[in-house]
Amino acid sequence: MHFTINGTVHEAEPDIRASLLDVLREHVGLTGTKKGCDRGQCGACTILVNGRRINSCLTLAVMHQDDDILTIEGIGSADNLHPLQAAFVKHDGYQCGYCTPGQICSAVGMLDEVKKGWASHVSADLDSVTLDGPEISERMSGNLCRCSAYPNIVDAISEVAGA
Amino acid sequence: MKTFDYARADSPEAAVAAGGRFIAGGTNLLDLMKLQIETPEKLVDISRLDLAQVERREDGGLTIGALVPNSDLAANAHVVDGYPVLARALLAGASGQLRNKASTGGNLLQRTRCYYFYDTAMACNKRAPGSGCSAIGGYNRILAILGTSAQCIATHPSDMAVAMRALDAVIVTLKPDGDRRRISIHDFYRLPGDTPQIETDLEAGELITHIDLPPPPAGQQLYRKVRDRASYAFALVSVAGIVSVEDGKIASAALAFGGLGPMPWRDPAVEAALIGQAPSDAVFAAAADALLAEAKGFGSNDFKIPLTRRVLIASLRELTGASA
Repeated sequence: MHFTINGTVHEAEPDIRASLLDVLREHVGLTGTKKGCDRGQCGACTILVNGRRINSCLTLAVMHQDDDILTIEGIGSADNLHPLQAAFVKHDGYQCGYCTPGQICSAVGMLDEVKKGWASHVSADLDSVTLDGPEISERMSGNLCRCSAYPNIVDAISEVAGA
Repeated sequence: MKTFDYARADSPEAAVAAGGRFIAGGTNLLDLMKLQIETPEKLVDISRLDLAQVERREDGGLTIGALVPNSDLAANAHVVDGYPVLARALLAGASGQLRNKASTGGNLLQRTRCYYFYDTAMACNKRAPGSGCSAIGGYNRILAILGTSAQCIATHPSDMAVAMRALDAVIVTLKPDGDRRRISIHDFYRLPGDTPQIETDLEAGELITHIDLPPPPAGQQLYRKVRDRASYAFALVSVAGIVSVEDGKIASAALAFGGLGPMPWRDPAVEAALIGQAPSDAVFAAAADALLAEAKGFGSNDFKIPLTRRVLIASLRELTGASA
């Protein structure tokens, strides 16, 4: 199988049952994407496929051979932080850090959804969006943080969204 | 997970000819396969089929491709303008990541989130027919109060399907023999009876290709969901409501409910109690009486009966502009 990850084509021969998450971590060696629940409940494995955030644990790798896959390694690096990564550092948007790659990838996808004008469950109007704290909390509810750094995560995302 | 053969279909006709379990978004099926609750021998990948458009028909209704992701459907301009109850129901379900992957057709076919269905160490007639029901007499807080049987008290978990039922959706399918069917959503789901493993009217190998909605209905639309968390949780009770008021009286009403039964629930007696009446709490209470006449709790879900009554009355107040 072949996978286009962060702009590079990788070859791998995983089992047909392999999730996209397991191929990233075990076959390609990109361990920035984390395995939490492996059931689509925690969001630690969030990546972007064709620009949209998804749970990489709940999809088969074999279904994504023609897709454009973006992981945390393709979003920023220690020398070149993505604005969201810098904001998470500034606002202390984590404690243990395990959920952070998923939070960052999810926030990248979420901000793009807001740009497209997508409403959320808490939006008063379905056709206009103002990204305040409750909107960020609702839109990020698929990413759990067991350290409960939520207020700081919301602050970090708010700063980038307002920039 | 048990292993399987995998094939990617390049047309609906090829998909039904391939003879396997269809996979689109996979967000429910793969979860169940990991637990070996679902053990398909062959997966037919339909995710690349050209069924991801939402099109407005000449009659003013919508034809929704079965592969339209939940998030795209919620943001579709036709849905936002004409069917806000559907947009609201979609946005009340799951998370941003899951809505990006989950398909319209797959959402209709979600399987129950009953704890005992998910726990393969427990008896469950839906998972293992004839093994018994651990939910009856067990912890059944999230389970059904309407349409249950002695074999199964599972609920259907979808929010989207509740709105689809209020909107009188029609499910369009393709069968392996090439025939197409149009199935009203009112005939699509089955009560559990003695065969809780059979959940829909779909035949073996039959593929959902589209969902048709009639032209936008008159009146106000609402989706109200009550759950244990503010976000990312299944409904304890939900209401999809569409009500129009003319000359001070309720002219039309469509009310469907989530979290109560084995299918998105709709009872004509509820609407009959409302139509022709001037909106009032007494009328709304009569509608709740009609809905809950046969309701039966199983212990830890008894609270759903008074909760449903209150949620329905509050929803009707909002839909008709009546004050408390």
